[in-house]
Amino acid sequence: MTVMSYLGAIGAAQREAMDADERVIIIGEDVEANVYGTTGGGKSRSDKGDFLQRYGKNRIRNTPISEEGIVGAAAGAAMTGLRPIVDLSYSSFLYMAMDQFVNQVAKNRYMFGGQASMPVVFRSAMFYGLNTGAHHSDRPYPMFMNVPGLKIIAPATPADAKGLLRSAVDSDDPILSFEACLLWSAKEDVDENEFWIPLGVARTAREGTDVTVVAISSSVPEAVAAAEELAREGVSVEVIDPRTLVPLDRDAILRSVAKTGRLVVAEPAHRTCGAAAEISALVAEEIFDSLKAPIIRVTAPDMQIPFSPSLEKQMYPTKATIAAAIRRVVDLPALQPVAAAV
Amino acid sequence: MAELARDTLREMQLRMLRIRAFDERASKMVKRGHIPGTVHTSIGQEAQVVGATMALGAGDYMSGNHRSHGHPIGKGSPLGPLMAELVGKATGVCKGKGGSLHLADFAVGSLGESGIVGSSIPIANGAALSSKVLNNGKVALAFFGDGAANQGVLYESMNMAGVWDLPMIFLCENNQYALSTPAHTVTSGIISERAAGFGMPGIRVEEGQDVLAVYDAVSEAVARARAGDGPTLVEVMTYRYNEHSEGLRLGTDYRNAGEREAWLKKDPIVLFRHYLASQGFSDDELDGLQATALAEVDAAVAFSDASPYPDLSVAFDDLYTDKESAA
Repeated sequence: MTVMSYLGAIGAAQREAMDADERVIIIGEDVEANVYGTTGGGKSRSDKGDFLQRYGKNRIRNTPISEEGIVGAAAGAAMTGLRPIVDLSYSSFLYMAMDQFVNQVAKNRYMFGGQASMPVVFRSAMFYGLNTGAHHSDRPYPMFMNVPGLKIIAPATPADAKGLLRSAVDSDDPILSFEACLLWSAKEDVDENEFWIPLGVARTAREGTDVTVVAISSSVPEAVAAAEELAREGVSVEVIDPRTLVPLDRDAILRSVAKTGRLVVAEPAHRTCGAAAEISALVAEEIFDSLKAPIIRVTAPDMQIPFSPSLEKQMYPTKATIAAAIRRVVDLPALQPVAAAV
Repeated sequence: MAELARDTLREMQLRMLRIRAFDERASKMVKRGHIPGTVHTSIGQEAQVVGATMALGAGDYMSGNHRSHGHPIGKGSPLGPLMAELVGKATGVCKGKGGSLHLADFAVGSLGESGIVGSSIPIANGAALSSKVLNNGKVALAFFGDGAANQGVLYESMNMAGVWDLPMIFLCENNQYALSTPAHTVTSGIISERAAGFGMPGIRVEEGQDVLAVYDAVSEAVARARAGDGPTLVEVMTYRYNEHSEGLRLGTDYRNAGEREAWLKKDPIVLFRHYLASQGFSDDELDGLQATALAEVDAAVAFSDASPYPDLSVAFDDLYTDKESAA
């Protein structure tokens, strides 16, 4: 075990994958200079572990700023023998390539009767919570969950980032990885040896018996903090991190809610048709009779993200807003008026 | 121009005849309701299709567009599974899940058509990237029309192919019209000249109804790509005889008077037949090619007729490589 940051763990998984299979390449804007910290050992060409030095320009390729062309080329390359990892930097840049994601990446295998395999990973950073304004602050994973044919991961810890990315690169299906910048500096002990976390398997971040909180991406540490606060008041909260949104570990969610009888879902994306809406519908359809209280979603409102720090910080689920939702489902009195995000 | 073997010349004519016969039959089948939806025929464009596909090697890649029955036929696909796909049968080349707009036959390097104009261009570019990274000597070609020549993704792809020296051919099938819109009314300048902006050769084949002219131009581009000298844009001037799609009846006459008739006079199959006769092919032999193509299409239709429709379970296959991941 060694202490890794979330970003360091992604870099480690990419290095492992590049070492393990010559068909793996990394393309994207600024990957040669390791601008985002996942394609090198440090910020300098001379630092140990620099990907360009290690793998050469044939396998580490800076791209022009041409998202549609990049995503389409990665799809074509994946259909013909390569296993590209595409670094799209900001997740809001994915919109530039919507046609390729929706019409080619997601549909080709199906439309062509299984002739195509699409072993490609599209990584992007959800740059929210950092006062970058509406264009850079998106959390767009729910709209891609609505496109059959894509698989989606949203790791919340360094270990999950490493193990899930290895599985993603080894998968023969197209995978979108949504990485929250708020988690980049998170650190924990991670196995420095190769390991794979299977897609579609949730992680129980904290066990409990009174309430289930299903939390996604940067809402996971907030949910765990809320659970610890509630534990001091005698409420036992279980926190489930799906880690993979497509395919979703339905069984893990249903098992937990069947046990606790109460569900709060927390995620940083917009409210309408979000992952939280899907998870709530799943529970309501499958185990309505197990519920002792209405389901509560804690999400960003259906509102664009404002620039001013005083405004933006109220937009996403926090320990306080998640704790308030937990109090409501267990019938505890609210400590204070809850902000608009609930 | 390289001297071509008689077998190659014969094969060119046979493949053009196959495409003509296949699309004429498909057109009839749409009108009779035997093919669901619609089809977009390549009738009139056979020289451009066969000249390009036969300039490629068996292992080379190509991507198509919505008017793409001819591309896999030109590259050597058997007709039966293509026809069965148009009808929606289980034996279709895409198991009945693609249809006319999404034919693909990976066995001959056909990476698929696209119903979205321009959308498959970067797919071929990616195949060229594969060839470059894996150093396997393959080249890739993207077919697109004059309409797609105004999609931004073409230029993103040309730039990437240029900067990475990809073994890539951008082949513009300029059939003069995007549905009813004359290309020159929505296209600034000459398409092939746009290549200069990307530092790559741009070639315009004015005699696009001459299969040998197309073959020579594309062969040169293929040789350049295979030698590691990068991409080429080839614009082929051609003409579609039928409407944009079969069954489409437009109230307006968007073509110039006499234009279609003029193009019919330089029909690619008739032109090439004259050439072959001048090269010593007998009338019997040339008639025989036509009979062969018609018989192959008859057999393809019979194959389709004898094939079952897919079982409903097939609708839930092939989304992912593992069935469990589908909801």
